[in-house]
Amino acid sequence: MVKYYCCASLLKSTWDQVCVAFWQRYPNPYSNHVLTEDILFREVTPTNCLISRRLLTKTSRAPRWMERYLPKQMASSAYIIEDSIVDPQKRTMTTLTWNISHARLMVPHWTEIKREAWISSNVYGLTRAIQEFGLARFKNSITKTMKGFEYVLAKMQGETPSRTLTETATERARETALAAKEKAKDLASHAQKNQYV
Amino acid sequence: MSYGILYSYTILMNSVGEACTDLKREYDQCFNRWFAEKFLKGDRSGDPCTETFRKYQRCVQKAIKEKDIPIDGVDFMGPNKDKPDS
Repeated sequence: MVKYYCCASLLKSTWDQVCVAFWQRYPNPYSNHVLTEDILFREVTPTNCLISRRLLTKTSRAPRWMERYLPKQMASSAYIIEDSIVDPQKRTMTTLTWNISHARLMVPHWTEIKREAWISSNVYGLTRAIQEFGLARFKNSITKTMKGFEYVLAKMQGETPSRTLTETATERARETALAAKEKAKDLASHAQKNQYV
Repeated sequence: MSYGILYSYTILMNSVGEACTDLKREYDQCFNRWFAEKFLKGDRSGDPCTETFRKYQRCVQKAIKEKDIPIDGVDFMGPNKDKPDS
């Protein structure tokens, strides 16, 4: 049984910039769970595509109910394999990642900047719960990935990446709300003063 | 925009093998420069990072064996075979 999830994200950068940032996206303030990063294989194909395999170690605490089904050494850290193909002629980058620690239980992958995931699981009776958990974590990890990506891109482009676009938007909304509140207070105090006149 | 700015972003990650981190960083810097300046621009004049990559690989592959990390037996882009037709 396989659950399918797909979503599109938009990065405000050129394809070249995104590709360069892809290799340098760790560390960033949203990647504290990524402990190590290594290239295991890398080659330029005869068709001029760059193919790479990267190994990442992440802290990954599975929920308690799931830990029972995992070997002990897998409980605290997870090994992730990330395969990728960069095609500079077609200007595409395709990546596929999966967790080799929990491979028997859960196989999440995503491809391209438009990313997609297939989370499959074969454990009888737990399938649905594991899929739901995998999906929720996947969605959450995309948000983190994109925030991290925005941060690294901004930094490369010489901006001060103190805030990501999303956070700036939130901040702006907060400022507007605050200004409205101040204005309301101001009006209220005026109204009060008028009463005393 | 200049790629000089791009690859000068040099906060780098550690290797899974503690002893390999310096070799990894040396290789990463070489690769990032080559990737931005040559590869993406269509320059196929050869890879200047072959030697640093070989040294780094010797170290990291040893560390992976010692830590018993199960990296073997999966084809490149392997799990994609499960991908449902959409």
